[in-house]
Amino acid sequence: MKKKNVISTAILTIIGIVLSVLFLSPILILLSNSFKSLKNIYLNVLALPNADTFTLKNYPEAFVKLDFIRSLLNSLGITVASTVLLLLFCSMAAWVLVRHKTKLSNTIFMIYAAATLIPFQCVMLPLVRLMDTLHMMNRWGLVLMYLGFGSSLSVILFHGFIKSVPVELEEAARIDGCNMFQTFFLIVLPLLKPIMVTVAILNSMWIWNDFLLPQLMINKPGWQTLPLKTFLFFGQFSKKWDLATAGLVMCMLPIIIFYLVSQKHIVKGVAEGAIKG
Amino acid sequence: MKKSNIGFWAFVLPSFVFFVLVVMIPAVWGLGYSLTDWNGISKEVHFVGVQNYIRIFSQDKDFFHAFTFTAVFALAAVIGVNVIGFLLALLVTSKAKCTTFMRGAFFMPNLIGGILLGFTWQFIFVQAFGAIANATGWKFFANWLSDTKTSFWGLLILVIWQLAGYMMVIYIAQIQNIPDSIIEAAEIDGASYFQRLKHIVLPLVAPAFTIGLFLSLTTCFKLYDQNLALTNGGPFNSTEMLALNIYNSAFKYNELGLAQAKAVIFLVTVAAIGLTQLYFSKKREVEM
Repeated sequence: MKKKNVISTAILTIIGIVLSVLFLSPILILLSNSFKSLKNIYLNVLALPNADTFTLKNYPEAFVKLDFIRSLLNSLGITVASTVLLLLFCSMAAWVLVRHKTKLSNTIFMIYAAATLIPFQCVMLPLVRLMDTLHMMNRWGLVLMYLGFGSSLSVILFHGFIKSVPVELEEAARIDGCNMFQTFFLIVLPLLKPIMVTVAILNSMWIWNDFLLPQLMINKPGWQTLPLKTFLFFGQFSKKWDLATAGLVMCMLPIIIFYLVSQKHIVKGVAEGAIKG
Repeated sequence: MKKSNIGFWAFVLPSFVFFVLVVMIPAVWGLGYSLTDWNGISKEVHFVGVQNYIRIFSQDKDFFHAFTFTAVFALAAVIGVNVIGFLLALLVTSKAKCTTFMRGAFFMPNLIGGILLGFTWQFIFVQAFGAIANATGWKFFANWLSDTKTSFWGLLILVIWQLAGYMMVIYIAQIQNIPDSIIEAAEIDGASYFQRLKHIVLPLVAPAFTIGLFLSLTTCFKLYDQNLALTNGGPFNSTEMLALNIYNSAFKYNELGLAQAKAVIFLVTVAAIGLTQLYFSKKREVEM
């Protein structure tokens, strides 16, 4: 019996590791080719770079062509600003929507929930026109739009969490003379930390990776986000796989580092978002 | 009463204003635009009634193709993503060692944006597959993205690779909720692995299947980035999906009114899927 267990564990482990390597192989092949010259890529994609073929010169060139630092900072600034504002505004809204048990707050919550059914393509054309009229076709406009599109799921998640937070603490605070703002920021907000992490991760992931909105909104070279810049870069150098592979690896790096640092929170957040959202 | 009303709005409005401005107003406005000949260039926009809709249903072959392609693709992807996601979840919750590494590897593609993944797989299908074809002489691996059939499979592989890890995470959560005592009791009673899987694990994971199925279905219906970066609809528009078709009508052919009408049809389809899901999960809640 024991021997059988050892064998099945070994078989499962081997299958799992083979599959893991298979899953990672596209990225590994990309990585290995990013260290080769174009000639050597065409010669044999599957060969690992060796002492003769190894080169680092793709990276500096792709770095410059991608305007990497600026694109990275644009993506980072937009993602952080949108996520922080979403956390603040949506937790505030969800809190009063839970605590004020009126028809009005019920209706507002239903509108948030119903809007999750609307696909982006359905609002994109009028929205771009509206933003154009408001002279908001820039990075601030983008943040504003993420606030709108991110609010449905964020409010729903906060709403679900706050329902389970006991109201007694808030009542005690009010008796002690706290006004609404003090009650929320001093008492309620600290209790929301677990759901804050989930909402922050879910929003920052999609905003960081979003491509269509920047494609529609940003037409100035200095304002481009990383996915948009990658797309334009690729259009220019699609046959130059030496630059393209290095560029793709560089663009993946921030998200992979983020993942390695906070894997546990990310996996928990994604599972929660899917199940409750 | 008055004071608490001011407080209520002070808390709701910061989020609600942006939400209404960005989502609700354009959504309503969009319904109106779908009844016009708006082309994005001329300032004059004329009301044309349901003409756009008639055009879509009677003569727009590309849209019809995009619609059926999306539906067939979504069906294939949903099956692939969920079956593989569930099997991966079984694997990493089994007795195997190194499961943390495996989870990390399976889930990682999910975090990287569709544009980057599309280009990465373009490299794999064109260059790496080409190299395999040259080395082995197997025609099977040659020219994957220039053939309509293999382009479909290419897009399918990309999406399954990206989403299977996501579904895995959902199924892991559900599998871990199964009490060990039930499994142990079945083991003592002599139930084999497959009997336990069929009679204990599958029924108890069923609620997660509803979530997984609909989540992957809506994701596949809305697919855009991957479609654009991998094939850009090619070859010969054969892999053009709904979202890309709408984008092209609007910005390639400057038919914004027509594109908006397509978007409304798209909305009705996606909303129908969403409401079906709601119906099923409500029904399950009642049963439980």
